[in-house]
Amino acid sequence: MAVTRLLKAALGALLLCTFSCIASVLPSDRADVMYHSYSGGGVSIDGPAVMLRSKVAQDFSVAGYYYIDTVSGASIDVVATASAYSEERTEKHLGVDYLAGNSLISTNFSTSDENDYHAKTITFGISHDTFGGLTTLNLQTGLGDDEVGKNGDINFKEQVRRYNYKLGLTQILTTNWIAALNIQFDLDEGFLNNPYRQVRFKDPTAALGYSYQAEIYPRTRNSSAVSLVNKYYLPYRAAIGLSVRHYQDSWDISANDVELEYVHPLGKDWTFEGKVRYYQQTEASFYKDLFEYANELNFMARDKELSDFSNVTAGLGVSYKLPSYGIFSRQLQPEMTVQWDHIIFNYNNFRNVTDRTSAAGAEPLYQLDANVVRAFVSLYF
Amino acid sequence: MAYLQNKRKLLLLAFAIATLSGCANIEPWVKPYERDKLADPIMGFGRHPAALQHVTHVRDSREAAKGASGAGGGGCGCN
Repeated sequence: MAVTRLLKAALGALLLCTFSCIASVLPSDRADVMYHSYSGGGVSIDGPAVMLRSKVAQDFSVAGYYYIDTVSGASIDVVATASAYSEERTEKHLGVDYLAGNSLISTNFSTSDENDYHAKTITFGISHDTFGGLTTLNLQTGLGDDEVGKNGDINFKEQVRRYNYKLGLTQILTTNWIAALNIQFDLDEGFLNNPYRQVRFKDPTAALGYSYQAEIYPRTRNSSAVSLVNKYYLPYRAAIGLSVRHYQDSWDISANDVELEYVHPLGKDWTFEGKVRYYQQTEASFYKDLFEYANELNFMARDKELSDFSNVTAGLGVSYKLPSYGIFSRQLQPEMTVQWDHIIFNYNNFRNVTDRTSAAGAEPLYQLDANVVRAFVSLYF
Repeated sequence: MAYLQNKRKLLLLAFAIATLSGCANIEPWVKPYERDKLADPIMGFGRHPAALQHVTHVRDSREAAKGASGAGGGGCGCN
């Protein structure tokens, strides 16, 4: 029975490659159960995630994703201006893919809920194979509607509208090399700052030499990003990936990142992967670590994510295929994977205000290390 | 002189037609039976979608830049 199935699978794969890759295909069926964790800068975020993707008809595939974040601890912002807290965020996605000839039409609805923030997003995309299956064109548009609240202030209610447009071109260049060029435009409008975060300004009457006031952000942000992603099959069975991206927005933030990835299977059951990534950005035009006085500018931010900084990531991963088995006329192939990333953030204009021994504005620059772990079991069927 | 200019224009036209007709004849240069390496799972962009969602979330929460990541299709170019 297993041999028959194997033959059918091999025949199917052969037919797929024979017709080629002239036709689109639905995403492969799989289920994932994952534990994820982020730990760094005094904050711990972890929780489970479940993903299921399955064909329900010859031309239809559905996908569901359920994800929980439990946040605990206190970041440097919280230590400086508030008390430690704990909260939970739940994210849900439901997606449908429809295959029509050489085109794949996809739509996805997702929600993200926490006690003071609710976000809903809907996306619609179409991807089309052309030029004998060598070229894939993708178009996607998304609309997001967020509701922003503030714990302790039941009257605080703001909205954010998000629009995004993506255009992608994936091209097979040689028998070993595939590349993709992506462009994305984002338009966000509404309440874009964090209602809890504050900026600091010089205040000679304060014991520390500075006081705090609420951040004020512009109510619109337009951004564009362009990336080039490459994957190359080496002369032996291993692959390298190289991705570069440039980002620019209307808040004067310019960012670049580059990532190099290496995937190396060992035998038929083990796959090892390693990656390094470098990211750097400039600061927003209205960002300052220490403002000269209260209400110095129309817009004021001291969010370290809007500051001038860089980070370096080193990551390792290993996957192991467990023996496959048959159940309900399906052949299941389980696989276990563990991935670990270590990220070092270096801020060039965000100072560590928890150092109370230095004068205002002369504190050491902030730096943090983070560890990110993902452990998951995948079931291919 | 006018003759020479006309000749130059004709030559340019002939070159343009030859070039364009050449373009029309460009055929997919990687045949379906040559895509076995590209179809290997190790060549997939974002081989583990759930893990990729987490990676993107971690980055988007801590960096100003967002978007244009990943790729549509991939592997053997089948989708």
